[in-house]
Amino acid sequence: MNNNIGYWKENLRLVAILLSIWFAVSFVFGIILVEPLNTIRVGGVGLGFWFAQQGSIYTFLALIFVYAKKMNALDRKYNVHED
Amino acid sequence: MDLQTITYAFVGATFALYIGIAFWARAATTGDFYVAGKGIHPVANGMATAADWMSAASFISMAGLIAFNGYGASVFLMGWTGGYVLLALLLAPYLRKFGKFTVPEFIGERFYSRTARVVAVICLILASITYVIGQMKGIGVAFSRFLETDYDTGLYIGMGIVFIYSVMGGMKGITYTQIAQYCVLIFAYTVPAIFISLNITGNPVPQLGILSTMADGSTYMMDKLNLVVSELGFNEYTTQVLGSKLNMFAYTLTLMIGTAGLPHVIIRFFTVPKVRDARATAGWALVFIAILYTTAPAVGSMARLNLMNTIQTGPVGEATANIEYDKRPQWFKNWEATGLLKFEDKNGDGRIQYYNDKNKDFAAKAESYGWKGNEMVKVDRDIMVLANPEIANLPNWVIALVVAGGLAAALSTAAGLLLAIASSISHDLLKGMFKPNISERDELMAGRIAMAGAIALAGYFGLHPPDFAAGTVAIAFGLAASSIFPALMMGIFNKGVNRTGAVAGMVTGIGITMLYVFQHKGIMFIPGTSFLGGMSPNWFFGISPNAFGCIGALANFAVAIGVSKMTTPPPEHIQHLVEDIRIPAGSKAAVEH
Repeated sequence: MNNNIGYWKENLRLVAILLSIWFAVSFVFGIILVEPLNTIRVGGVGLGFWFAQQGSIYTFLALIFVYAKKMNALDRKYNVHED
Repeated sequence: MDLQTITYAFVGATFALYIGIAFWARAATTGDFYVAGKGIHPVANGMATAADWMSAASFISMAGLIAFNGYGASVFLMGWTGGYVLLALLLAPYLRKFGKFTVPEFIGERFYSRTARVVAVICLILASITYVIGQMKGIGVAFSRFLETDYDTGLYIGMGIVFIYSVMGGMKGITYTQIAQYCVLIFAYTVPAIFISLNITGNPVPQLGILSTMADGSTYMMDKLNLVVSELGFNEYTTQVLGSKLNMFAYTLTLMIGTAGLPHVIIRFFTVPKVRDARATAGWALVFIAILYTTAPAVGSMARLNLMNTIQTGPVGEATANIEYDKRPQWFKNWEATGLLKFEDKNGDGRIQYYNDKNKDFAAKAESYGWKGNEMVKVDRDIMVLANPEIANLPNWVIALVVAGGLAAALSTAAGLLLAIASSISHDLLKGMFKPNISERDELMAGRIAMAGAIALAGYFGLHPPDFAAGTVAIAFGLAASSIFPALMMGIFNKGVNRTGAVAGMVTGIGITMLYVFQHKGIMFIPGTSFLGGMSPNWFFGISPNAFGCIGALANFAVAIGVSKMTTPPPEHIQHLVEDIRIPAGSKAAVEH
């Protein structure tokens, strides 16, 4: 049982870190701080606009694959993996 | 060959392909009907999920909303992709470990309550039907353009096709068909985008095109667009917000958590062989979705630029700089026939003036040019994607391809949703609640009848949709966000939430959201019954009805946790159940029962 509690805690920590990034790239960069970020230009658009329409989506993709990879490692570390 | 013939050929060929696949993989047992034998590889499942996900709202409607709302439409881009992060991190692996067929089954068992299960079924049906109404709008637009009829006729014909299509196959047929549909729709979306990006900016990658300069190198494409629209009194493209920033925040959050609460997406994660695959499937689905979603900003912005330049051919204010109505291009005539594009020669000069007459400063200037108001009296946002290749003068086969892609997108999602509705009614309500001994045959039949009913109902509302396709779909997300998502989250992450809390939470969440939507959009979306009016001054902190689901979700969490603290905690075996779904070991295939 202790084993499972440790696994769950590490899982929650990982989820918390990844979701902070999720929140930052969309809500913070794309909406809350869009005007100041727009003073930095990426080609023809502001950085805030770019995060809102492009950058956040690329980050989301990376987050899911990082999570899948780390969780697979965690499953093995705590020996709770399938088969 | 003329455009109409090529269009028929493309649509006919793709339909023959889907129906062929559906026939070949016809559902034999109820298990197959709902979850396709559970043996689907994450990449294939991801692709099918993407087709299921990207509906008329994504394909037909979203880029049109981007075209006219610019930065403000970012809520759709972030909202409909960011939800997959929540799905992958917070729900998918655990629901897969739980190993049942449907979302209400999970809620019923975790909250050890038949009432909770029934409430979940009702919430799902409300969200799914609203979603199908949005699809019906898209289907009506696509079919009316394809068959060159008015919108209502297009909608009726579309309903018939959706019915035949969904009733024939179950999930298994749908999974393979949806892979084919994904290929058709993504090809249809990206090919014109590449052409147009190449024409306008000289860069063949649309994602880079929006960052580039115009093909002549004079200025950045986005700066050019900002200039063109603001010269005619419209808001600057890259800075215009949707309502307010708070509204954009709420809108994005609602779409994200709604994504993680919609049954037709979640059901996909029951079909993967392992918990590990459930995590990967969400990632692969988002890869396939992101191809369209990162292209959409280019489609939207470039369509807007082309549209403006078609009508305003020279400097603003010069009498000859507006296109003559008699010389309007063919696409303009085609869309006029559907009733979704309307022109009215207000100043009688035979030319088209398209500008923002609600902008007081500019309206005064326009008057000095002899303009008597905006003459493009109706430009339905949902026509932009389908009209885009024609506006850009692309070859006929590209135009035909886009029509086929739009139909694929609308049909695939409508079919997936109808299946979710059918399984809620036949499996959760009928078999789970009222007639546990029902035969497989009768269960399938009940599912098909439920589908037919749902199509008829959604079609009826589709005649007067509450919003553009994407907006209507957003309301469906709000309903799912406020009811299902919190219940699933608490079911997994909070062992203390009991049945009373869960039921009270779901009822409060969806109740608040529906009340808010109905008071501004009409009871059951019937025009004229909105008792507080649709106007924004009455909005709660300026949050639009489409964006309200996250407030309902907050209320759901608060009520559920509060009520649970005051009532008896869940029994011990439920605490063990929660501990068990949190670890992947010992997962079994979804069980039939």
